[in-house]
This record gives sequence, structure tokens and C-alpha cells, in this order.
Amino acid sequence: MSTTFETVANIIAETCDIPRENITPESHAIDDLGIDSLDFLDIAFAIDKAFGIKLPLESWTQEVNEGKATTEQYFVLKNLCARIDELIAAKSA
Amino acid sequence: MRLEYFQMIDKVTELDLEARTLRTANTVPCESPIFEGHFPGHPLLPGVLLFEIMAQSCGMLLLRLHNYDRMAFLASVDKGKLRTFVVPGQVIDVFARLEHDGSGYARLKAEGRVEGKLVCNADVTLKTMPFPAPELRGYLLSTAERIGMPMGDAVIDTVERAGNLTHV
Repeated sequence: MSTTFETVANIIAETCDIPRENITPESHAIDDLGIDSLDFLDIAFAIDKAFGIKLPLESWTQEVNEGKATTEQYFVLKNLCARIDELIAAKSA
Repeated sequence: MRLEYFQMIDKVTELDLEARTLRTANTVPCESPIFEGHFPGHPLLPGVLLFEIMAQSCGMLLLRLHNYDRMAFLASVDKGKLRTFVVPGQVIDVFARLEHDGSGYARLKAEGRVEGKLVCNADVTLKTMPFPAPELRGYLLSTAERIGMPMGDAVIDTVERAGNLTHV
């Protein structure tokens, strides 16, 4: 978990020019860090490459838009990292 | 190349589905109203159109890889470089390669060459989504046919080609 978070936080810091110290596991990527959808594509690209996965951004967006999930479930960084770990585990299984 | 209609691709010269690459040949027209302003006495293909040629080549590759079931829209251009002037009559050879096919987006690399010399290159991000209008899909299928895109075993619903635009 900590390794995943460190990697994700560094990606966000580099991609969006956000001071690394401002990025915590409790940060909401959109509400706290001000990351928009276009910047998140760059982040998703870097995460996909770093972990060898494919973040299901489309299904997450659809779930949020349909009220089946909250943005916190996917875009608070500790939750995002948990999803990434699940995708990594699924890939290895 | 019909600049006024944003028809930037003339011909597909190579498609490699396994390597996820596409090569296109695109001749800059000798005459166009664009050259009256860009620039008087020194006609140049505008740099933004070089990015458009690369973006369209990337888009046509991605659409072919997705069997024309989704549309691709330009989202960003990174590391874009315009290395030298491109003038009327020159043929731009564009090479596009899919680097990563993500969820709802794709990242590609593209470069353009004239007589073997690199004139432009960029990293292109395309956002993908279901076609917002059936006539758009029909237009792109017609475009694919016009530029000689190898369709191979692509499964295409030809009925939707009724969405052709008259100037294609």
C-alpha cells in the first residue's frame, strides 16, 4: 500500500506540478488537489504504465454519473491505491 | 489533402495491426486560400495543421484497431515539435504508433517526414467514446474507404454508411 501510494503521489506531483508534501492518502484528487479530467488522463497513463494495469476509468465515471458510486470511492488517493492494488492482484492471479 | 474540409489524409500506405502502427501519405495542395494569409509571398502549411495531420493519422489507426465502434477526439499534444517548413506540393509521410490503449483514452506517438527528413513529431492523447452521432461513424467509414484503409476482417455495419457527407 505505501509503495503504491508513494508511486501514485510522485506521479501526481510530477504530472500536475503539485508539491509532493501537499499530497496525502486522504487527498481527494479532484476536490483537494484540483485535478481535472484531462490531467487525470495523464495520471492514468502514468499509473497504467507504472503498474502494468488498465484503470477502468470509463466504468468508474459511469458508476459515479449514475449515482452507483461516489467520487470518494475512486478519487481519494488511499481508495485509488486500494483499487490499483486490487487490479495488480487480479493481474497476478 | 483538402485543407478547407480538414481532410488531411490522402492515402494509407501501411497498416500493421500487430505492431499497432499506421503510415499515411499526404500531399500539401499547391493552391489553397490558406496560403493567401499564411503567408503572402511565402506559403507555408500552418504548424497547427501538421499537428492535425498527425492527430488524424493517430485517430484513423485507433478507429481501425477498435473496428470503428468508438470515436476518438484529440485531447492533448505533448512534446510537439515543428522542425522545418512544409510548403505546397510536398508529400508528408506520417507514421503513427499506438503506445497505450487505456480506458476511454489512448496515447500514441506520431511523426511526419518529407523526403525522409523529420519535419514534425508529437505524443498524442485521444479521448475515446461511443459515436455521438451515426452520421459521424458513416463519414469516418467513408473516409477509411477513400484513403484505402485495409479493412481485413474488420466487422463493419455497412448500413451506417448512409451517413456519408456529400463532399467526401
